[in-house]
Amino acid sequence: MNWNDLATALFGADHAVRADGVFLSGTGQLDGRTLAVIGSTDHAAIGFDLALRQAQAVLQVVVDAPGRPILLLIDTQGQQLRRHDEMLGIHRAMAHLGQCIDLARRQGHAVLGLVYDQALSGGFITSGLMADACDALPGAEIRVMRLPAMARITRLPEAMLAELSQANPVFAPGVANYVAMGGVRRLWQGDLTEALRLALADLPAADERARDGLARGGRRLADTVIRQVLSA
Amino acid sequence: MSRLSYAECSARERLAALLDAGSFHEWLPPAQRVASPHLAALGVPSAFDDGVAIGRARLGGRPVFVAAQEGAFMGGGVGEVHGAKLVGLLRRAQAAQTAQGSSQGECPEAVLLLLESGGVRLHEANAGLIAVSEVMRALLDLRAAGLPVVVLIGGGAGCFGGMGIVASCADRVVMSDVGRHAMSGPEVIEASHGVEEFDSRDRARVWRTTGGRHRYLCGDCDLLVEDDVAAFRAAALLAIGQGPRPLTLAALQAQQAVLEARSRLAQGADDATALWRRLGVTEAEAVPDLALERLRALRPLHLADDTGA
Repeated sequence: MNWNDLATALFGADHAVRADGVFLSGTGQLDGRTLAVIGSTDHAAIGFDLALRQAQAVLQVVVDAPGRPILLLIDTQGQQLRRHDEMLGIHRAMAHLGQCIDLARRQGHAVLGLVYDQALSGGFITSGLMADACDALPGAEIRVMRLPAMARITRLPEAMLAELSQANPVFAPGVANYVAMGGVRRLWQGDLTEALRLALADLPAADERARDGLARGGRRLADTVIRQVLSA
Repeated sequence: MSRLSYAECSARERLAALLDAGSFHEWLPPAQRVASPHLAALGVPSAFDDGVAIGRARLGGRPVFVAAQEGAFMGGGVGEVHGAKLVGLLRRAQAAQTAQGSSQGECPEAVLLLLESGGVRLHEANAGLIAVSEVMRALLDLRAAGLPVVVLIGGGAGCFGGMGIVASCADRVVMSDVGRHAMSGPEVIEASHGVEEFDSRDRARVWRTTGGRHRYLCGDCDLLVEDDVAAFRAAALLAIGQGPRPLTLAALQAQQAVLEARSRLAQGADDATALWRRLGVTEAEAVPDLALERLRALRPLHLADDTGA
């Protein structure tokens, strides 16, 4: 879904979300309350500078509008694969973005991620996956890598991976698999504004994803192993 | 005393040599056989510890919680079980820290993470990705509770991908001269953008781009040591003694400014050597060859420890 159509559907045509290149920022109104919107578009590759830009936007909300909810709009092809970004320390910039989102949560900002187009590994891990909860549109695509690439790198037959992925969400791309594993809290169906309202009203206070993964049957071991360690 | 190469040790050898002798008490040890069912389903050999050892121990008499990733097993890749063991360790430290002062016995003074990982384990990639973000959340919870987390990087597989990000979330990072810390490995970048972009066989350039000396000069690594287990032990003790670095708004604003300044300085710089020069490092060309003692004196003061600890 196009970011502008999404913002219009969520906040009406008078929303104040703007794109500057692939970077999204601005505000929208929901039930008389202002939401901060920060994100990316055009399947942006998240490089050192774009991670910093998003981090700065988060810090700005913390400074300027204490308590304002933050909606992270996610559309990324993953991390920027460039030597220059590695030299700069792209891992540090991404960790910094994750730390800024974490700070916002601790300072009382509700932070909600929404994968509205695609989300790949490194571009997603320090934004949507660091929010209080991450939701997705049903048409979104979430993955670390596609099956053919996975088959090549792991040197396993693609047919075997495809077969196993029928029953085990750990192996295959797809937004439904991330829901089953607890990584995505819910898919937005029907009226989008209502879905946003519902999501904001029901944010978990702690990281419940392992428990969700167990309850939904998509990631049965994580929660069990965490408990085993706690009681060992 | 002869030097014991940290890079050449296995995870368990590191634990044995780095921690106080005999003090490591493991949780979910190999005898319990908590392995990855996903690898078994693929017909891939699994490990009874899923590639990571966790537990409590002592370092210089101080109680610590510790994890060590085994780079020789699946490149230290994070799968569902592996990641959950790390999350469990961090949450257990969190619980102990929260219960501090009560009658409960075990309260660590720090958490030590001996990281060696290529990031998410691709065989169970979806679970690994979520797990890494759970590790990040649990680690930042610990920092908010004031318990310092110290990361050691010096294994042959380096510290990449999601675990590279996790490492940068810690209070302090200790690296060896031969350690590498980054996001995407040079092979991945070469495969994606060609050998002109990043020649993964150009070892000197790989080290200038991702190695311990570079990260130290930029301020991303706090303590730089020789490839020696005893040196890592001393540095870990020092780092723990320096205490926590609270992630306040002011601290993150300062970090934002440092990183933005770095990006501006690096514009048009094709190689780390140029960046070092612009950061104010004298003898930038000699950096790869200098003795570490000499190199440590070259780091610009404003990029060193910002807390005055």
